[in-house]
Amino acid sequence: MAEPALSIRGLTKVYGNGFHALKGIDLDVEQGDFFAMLGPNGAGKSTTLGIVCSLVQKSAGKVSVFGIDIDRDFAKAKYHMGVVPQEFNFNQFEQVTDIVLAQAGYFGMSRREALPRAERLLRDLGLWDKRNGNARMLSGGMKRRLMIARALMHRPKLLILDEPTAGVDIELRRSMWEYLRRINREEGTTIILTTHYLEEAESLCRNVAIINHGEIIRNTSVRGLLAELDTETFLLDLAHPVDEAPDIDGFEVRQVDAAQLAVAVHRGQRLNDIFTALSERGIQVVSMRNRANRLEEMFVTMVEQGNEEKAEAERVGARS
Amino acid sequence: MNPSQTAIALWTLVHKEIKRFTRIWPQTLLPPSITMTMYFIIFGNLIGSRIGEMDGFSYMDFIVPGLIMMAVITNSYSNVASSFFSNKFQRSIEEMMVSPMPNWVILAGFVFGGMARGLGVGLIVTIVSLFFTRISVAHPILTVGVVVLTAALFSIGGFINALLGKKFDDISIVPTFILTPLTYLGGVFYSISLLPTFWQGVSMLNPILYMVNVFRYGFLGVSDIPVGWALAAIVTFIVVLFGIALWMLESGKGIRS
Repeated sequence: MAEPALSIRGLTKVYGNGFHALKGIDLDVEQGDFFAMLGPNGAGKSTTLGIVCSLVQKSAGKVSVFGIDIDRDFAKAKYHMGVVPQEFNFNQFEQVTDIVLAQAGYFGMSRREALPRAERLLRDLGLWDKRNGNARMLSGGMKRRLMIARALMHRPKLLILDEPTAGVDIELRRSMWEYLRRINREEGTTIILTTHYLEEAESLCRNVAIINHGEIIRNTSVRGLLAELDTETFLLDLAHPVDEAPDIDGFEVRQVDAAQLAVAVHRGQRLNDIFTALSERGIQVVSMRNRANRLEEMFVTMVEQGNEEKAEAERVGARS
Repeated sequence: MNPSQTAIALWTLVHKEIKRFTRIWPQTLLPPSITMTMYFIIFGNLIGSRIGEMDGFSYMDFIVPGLIMMAVITNSYSNVASSFFSNKFQRSIEEMMVSPMPNWVILAGFVFGGMARGLGVGLIVTIVSLFFTRISVAHPILTVGVVVLTAALFSIGGFINALLGKKFDDISIVPTFILTPLTYLGGVFYSISLLPTFWQGVSMLNPILYMVNVFRYGFLGVSDIPVGWALAAIVTFIVVLFGIALWMLESGKGIRS
């Protein structure tokens, strides 16, 4: 069996101020996977990825990239990784082309090899027209794409993105998603991303780890996680306004506004039944969609549970 | 990295550093040239003509090597200190940290960049000095050797300063309060033989005195101190400081949390 693209065992990080950012996490990301790390701010996502790509020093634990132990040969492991950090981390006064070519040079790529690669990536990411401009003149979305181009210059097998679409408008976000899907599908690049946009994880990723307070509280497939949802909420747009939400046996129906209802459908219940009941009451539905994001509901529930458990543990600890 | 990749990585960094200071030449190359021209006019021409000879040479001839060395020292140091600190500040140092480039290549890349600026400014000052006096070089190889070593030494010093620095003030404290006084008291403008015995002894503790004197020996063939000792001291300083800087990089001091 192929080595995992990323294997983490007992990873621990205690910062100088005593903060336990990671409490011995274990994680495997298979080759070719599109993997999401979810968690609230300060959960330990960026610390984990920072350790993997050498920006943060670990306190304990093992990390292997494609079977290469970073404690034994970090340089070799780094050849396989491309990193797109959360913050812009390029010299804002340099030209776009210089930034990507310098990164290729740091990986030992000759200029002859790097130039066509840079052209292809800058074209693919819509930055070719800006290639001779100063990086500080780029928009926020362009700067993010520049960091993706830079990270891909040396053809990494593992691409790590820390909140790649933060602050990016919807259209640009979708085009970035499409690009990431393409390199995952066509080039087999393993992708690990952290994100606050749960829609992003649901739309892009096959597997997901949820991290909170420095611990992984779930590590499963996105599909499996969604299958665990007991309830889904649908928003129904009505042809005509109603005065109040109808009372339908077995369903929780809430009025969002005069022409919209929210219906909670539990596992095992049929949507047909709700439509039949609404028709009988003379209410016509013109369109329907999921409320917000399904993964978000589950994520919020899990994180809240985790926070309650932590608070309880601290209360018990304080008493004893 | 294999040797060819290492060479590419090193050249990439050196080229980037040279491009940086040449791009902003009005901030990096022009000011020292103007300052040194002022020194030549005021100290060399106007005051120097009244001072007479120093160690058997005209005052202008005496101060030229010292002023060239002063320019090399301050520019080598400040180039690396400001460039590396800017990389830290803008976090673009992470571009290098996530790459397989060995730490010694990162260190060497910045040091070569600093040396390039220090020696470049030194060359400009030398050319400017030709408008004021005729330069003769008694020991060319020694002259070139010592100025290259000095540029290397102070580039490493600037690197350590930038690694330790947490804010921009931290990288101006050393040049302002340590480097400049030591340079002025390092025999740039006078021979230490003019000082009382006690202060001659104190001056011998100033490492810059050795560099200025060996450099002057290369030009004029006279030195206040034994040349061999001075060269040994410079090389020792380079080895020790390079080791310290590399150890700091390896242990992530100032760049990794």
